[in-house]
Amino acid sequence: MYDAPKFLGSGDSCLVVEFSDSIEMEANFRLQNLMRALASKNVRGVREFVPTYRSLSIHYDPLKLGREKLETAVRKTLENLGGERGETRRVLVMPVCYGGEHGPDMPHVCAHTGYGENEVIKRHTDAEYYCYMLGFTPGFAYLGGLDETLATPRLKAPRALIPAGSVGIADRQTGAYSIDCPGGWQLIGRTPLRLFDPDDGERPTLIDAGDWIKFRSVPKDEYASIKRDADAGCYRAEWLMERNAVQG
Amino acid sequence: MPFRVEKPGIFTLVQDLGRWGHQSRGVTVSSPMDQFSLRLGNVMLGNGQNDAALEMTLFGLEIVLGEECCVALTGADLAMSIDGIGVPSWTVHRVKPGGRIAVTGFTERRDGCRSYLCFSGGIDVPPVMGSRSTYTRGKIGGYKGRALRAGDAVGLLEPRPLWRLSEGFACPPELRPVSRDGESICALDGPQIDAFTDAGIKTFFNEPYTVTNEIDRMGYRLDGPVIEHVSGPDLVSDGIVHGSVQAPGDGKPIVLMSDRQTTGGYAKIAAVSTWSVARLAQKMPGDVVRFKRISEKEAAAQLFAFEENLRRLDETRAAYRSRPRMR
Repeated sequence: MYDAPKFLGSGDSCLVVEFSDSIEMEANFRLQNLMRALASKNVRGVREFVPTYRSLSIHYDPLKLGREKLETAVRKTLENLGGERGETRRVLVMPVCYGGEHGPDMPHVCAHTGYGENEVIKRHTDAEYYCYMLGFTPGFAYLGGLDETLATPRLKAPRALIPAGSVGIADRQTGAYSIDCPGGWQLIGRTPLRLFDPDDGERPTLIDAGDWIKFRSVPKDEYASIKRDADAGCYRAEWLMERNAVQG
Repeated sequence: MPFRVEKPGIFTLVQDLGRWGHQSRGVTVSSPMDQFSLRLGNVMLGNGQNDAALEMTLFGLEIVLGEECCVALTGADLAMSIDGIGVPSWTVHRVKPGGRIAVTGFTERRDGCRSYLCFSGGIDVPPVMGSRSTYTRGKIGGYKGRALRAGDAVGLLEPRPLWRLSEGFACPPELRPVSRDGESICALDGPQIDAFTDAGIKTFFNEPYTVTNEIDRMGYRLDGPVIEHVSGPDLVSDGIVHGSVQAPGDGKPIVLMSDRQTTGGYAKIAAVSTWSVARLAQKMPGDVVRFKRISEKEAAAQLFAFEENLRRLDETRAAYRSRPRMR
């Protein structure tokens, strides 16, 4: 993490506040805190915030807000900003049906890692994952926290269509495809949850940057019954609210 | 049924000014490739600037209206006819129920490649996440999340009061954006300009680049001299804006357009100004562009100048509407 964040221009209507050039949780906490603090100030002319691994993009309307004025507002906000995580954290429990038809690359991942299927599932469900950012496609969460022994290279030839909900591994990353799209991740399972719902005006994506995820292995029949409810819009995703230990 | 599509063109989309506020969820803004032409068309008709219209790329379309309305064609220079009779673009035309509007190929000037057919009242499709813009990759917004097809029946919203009085109004030529040969595409420094060598930066801002065939609503791939990196193009993903210029491993620039991904992992040397990105969107494969380095103040001045033009257009239209006329 840099000693002081850098202010970088990105065209005539976006300011990038960069905290680090690598993936670090502390930097991510800080930029999320900055985002929340700035959002509560309702700076006139600010259009939206886009948090990424290591920087916060602030989109603004240059007809209403000058770059200098925005920088001043950000500097002021940074002065009183803590680096700590919030008091509570939200953990989404994501049911996943591993292997079989839903995880066609499970045999490959087992062969690559040298683990049996049960061990892959155990290691994948034991870890807790932090959502640094969303991107790539609507609702796709970039997660940190994969057990490094599960790291498996991408497919040599990407698939033309991967169904939404597919859970995969690509090198040291893991995640769930949020919409049907082409892709090259090694698919080990599938979640029945709807990760992106454009008709939900309040909450079009299930996960937000800053959330935590824990995978839970479910058998085929439970997958099917959750999927039925989720597609009908009547499944309530399970969230755990946990208190963070005070850092010190 | 306000209009039925007879011939859809090659890639005709419903667009308004975009789906703002959801980039943090990975949902791109979309919006017209040339927002200024769409906004001018809407103001000519007395619509709200954000009303949805049809964006056509390279070729036009043919539609039959189910009820009376006013239309205006803006953007690239395509020829338009109503019931078989040629009519000028940048002009408000009243079309009777059953009227057939055909937007065909280029006029002789062949200027631009994105045209906008705006309707009094604007297009009525259900807003998705606050916008009527079509995002085809995500299959959301617009008409069923896709480009128009023959047989589609598309609705129009109730026009604003006095809408018929704009009939015959033409946008003064000096207020229309036009392409010029050798027109510079203005760009500001990007967040990773330090990832490029001084020679690379000089190359980008001085040498000519040719628009390739690989252009779509997501990005424009350009060909020309290689832009040199200090130590490679890859970085930990960060945010992307409309107009971000990235240079992947081959050192050839890609300008990210309306349907850009929200985040990406290539170093960004520059970002094209909001005004110029719409000008670039009107370039066709084979066109040559040069990038001109400008400051934020200069970029903002381009936008203020457009706002002033828009204000003048609205004033001119109001005067036209209240002109004395024979009854």
